[in-house]
Amino acid sequence: MSRPILLKGGRVIDPSRNADAVADVLIEDGKVTAVGSGIGGPDGVIERDVTGLVVAPGLVDVHVHLREPGNEDEETVATGARAAVAGGFTAVCAMPNTDPVTDNQAAVGFIVRQSVRAGLARVYPIGAVSVGQRGEKLAEMGEMVGAGAVAVSDDGRPVVSGHLMRTALEYSRTFDIPVADHCEEPTLAAGGAMHEGLVSARLGLKGIPAAAEEIMVARDIILAELSGGHVHLCHVSTRGSVDLIRRGKARGIRVTAEVTPHHLSLDHSACEGYDTNAKMNPPLREPADVDALREALREGVIDCIASDHAPHAYDEKEAAFDQAPFGIIGLETAFGIAHATLVAGGVLSLPELIARMSTIPAKIFHLPGGTLRPGAPADVSVLDVTKAWTVDPPQFHSKSRNTPYTGRTLTGRAVLTIAGGRVVHEGPLAPAR
Amino acid sequence: MTPAAAALGKDLVGLEHLSAEQIRLILDTAEPFKEVSERPIKKVPALRGKTIVNLFFEASTRTRISFEFAEKRLSADTVNVAASGSSVQKGETLVDTAKNLEAMRIDMVVMRHGSSGAAQFLGDRIRSNVINAGDGKHEHPTQGLLDMLTIRDHHGTLEGVKVCLVGDILHSRVARSNLWGLTKLGAQVAVCGPRPLLPRGIEDLGVTVFSRIEAAIEWADVLNVLRLQLERMEAGFIPSLREYFRVFGVTLERLERAPRPLTIMHPGPMNRGVEIESQVADGPHSVILDQVTNGVAVRMAVLYLLAGGRPELADAAKSGAGE
Repeated sequence: MSRPILLKGGRVIDPSRNADAVADVLIEDGKVTAVGSGIGGPDGVIERDVTGLVVAPGLVDVHVHLREPGNEDEETVATGARAAVAGGFTAVCAMPNTDPVTDNQAAVGFIVRQSVRAGLARVYPIGAVSVGQRGEKLAEMGEMVGAGAVAVSDDGRPVVSGHLMRTALEYSRTFDIPVADHCEEPTLAAGGAMHEGLVSARLGLKGIPAAAEEIMVARDIILAELSGGHVHLCHVSTRGSVDLIRRGKARGIRVTAEVTPHHLSLDHSACEGYDTNAKMNPPLREPADVDALREALREGVIDCIASDHAPHAYDEKEAAFDQAPFGIIGLETAFGIAHATLVAGGVLSLPELIARMSTIPAKIFHLPGGTLRPGAPADVSVLDVTKAWTVDPPQFHSKSRNTPYTGRTLTGRAVLTIAGGRVVHEGPLAPAR
Repeated sequence: MTPAAAALGKDLVGLEHLSAEQIRLILDTAEPFKEVSERPIKKVPALRGKTIVNLFFEASTRTRISFEFAEKRLSADTVNVAASGSSVQKGETLVDTAKNLEAMRIDMVVMRHGSSGAAQFLGDRIRSNVINAGDGKHEHPTQGLLDMLTIRDHHGTLEGVKVCLVGDILHSRVARSNLWGLTKLGAQVAVCGPRPLLPRGIEDLGVTVFSRIEAAIEWADVLNVLRLQLERMEAGFIPSLREYFRVFGVTLERLERAPRPLTIMHPGPMNRGVEIESQVADGPHSVILDQVTNGVAVRMAVLYLLAGGRPELADAAKSGAGE
């Protein structure tokens, strides 16, 4: 049993209770046991003075790729969970596009075991919608949920078949899990390397039109209405998608959506000079899309932020743009980018940001966490939102380095991360014991 | 580094990031080199002792031979590497190929590659000069330059000349280099082709768009007719080559309705009877073979300038005094 921890004097922000006040937080036996002022610690308590820091429920990322099994040179469950806690995340949901695909209960159980073995962030597996992510036959959703899967998705590729998507949404109602879809109409997106627009026209790169995403967003919302299932739209990137989701929500359809820090902070001009670290799918769009995504996140049309952490070996990205793989890592920069872009940028208050990176994603994926309510598991992020830091990839805990933010100065960083009542990360800015 | 080399930078990746002065410098430097190819002994010593690798990841006849003649007429030592039969075919990455070339202490690389941005990628990673001989759908700067030189030869200037690029603009590196180079030197540029083969938003790059070839012919002084790649039809961008010729083909009948005679250009290789009628290609207003001739002079100018040759000595260089 780990020793009790008392976090003294921090600004405690708990969106689950609309709380934002200076208070102490006592953690015992892996649970939050008290939040208030002037709390005394029991015998053997570890006291940490967190004055000037923010104490929040542990951040939750519902969309990461941890590459195990199959590409352990790029990331593993353990290194991904290490990167997660360094970024302030205490829970992450791992996408099933591993090799072999996480499409059965044994594969799901393997991820759970690797997570427990690592003992860092909680890694919740997402099972595949279809066997082998081939888009043909429904995978055994019930058994996967029994083994610990919290959602299903064929992410990395879309569920192309309308029939399969409908069936998955209907069937998912038995288990009350979201079906997360990567919205991309494959014939429109085929061969595309970046957003279709003026920059792609100049660079001579095949574009992926916004319509490729929007057509599937529209289809998924229509099928969610038909089926009564919960569709979760991954990494929404266009203003057209935002409009469709807004209308779907207004009709009471069970649709939720996420947006990445990069789609909130960068546009397609980042691809200038053929920077392969600006190549991701969906691609970086236009400034008007970025503005619409920020506004949608503020309004709640987009529910939460997810990193789409996608590690790649350095030499894979060291290639001509059209040859390089899609994706960037995000766990260790997500909070900093989101804070710099949204809070410093005047889009969200800090409590609103924490809600969108912890309480809300936990709620829509039915995960424990996202709260500091006494009795809840002690998953806590202590965040510094005042000191500037510079993104320096060699210092990342992730095995990969593929980020477009190298050298960027940010404010907002995890300094102390507690998962299940244990300190799992102490950053360079952590307060003295 | 000499002033001329500084004037162009280390590499020639495209025309988009060159200034009007830099482009004019290349065209003016090409003028004295035209004459070298007309001599019985077509060789000057300007690049003696320089080693140049012609690295062609895509098949090319005209461009590769044109570069090779330009290099040999400047007395450089050249090696040709084709992708087939080389280490590339064995799975070597572009960056490894580049590092291996660098290790052999070469001076310049002329590269054609199927990926947009490949020339810049290489240029950023090796110390040698890199000349882009076509990268994917991005740019083909020496083709753009030789097209401009040819227009200047026939119209005396580029200022105000109306040039329409006809055909598959979306997939054309020649179109992009033409567009940048011509607009920088004051020409008016239009494009004409089937809408699926025009990049979305191309109007925002400052070009006029014609959906009908008849309107383009009425407007233009020069038609630069691009090659229609047969695989575009297979990919479903157009219904058939027959229909393409019917709707967009540059024919004698259409040209005869033009208010003034048009200069007809084509970067080659031509599909006779697809984008251009034979009578037009072989007709009195076709400058297609002048383009080929000018290609050697332009490439000599680019090689000479990037190697550090001084533009004012280009005349002297051709007689050997530039050494």
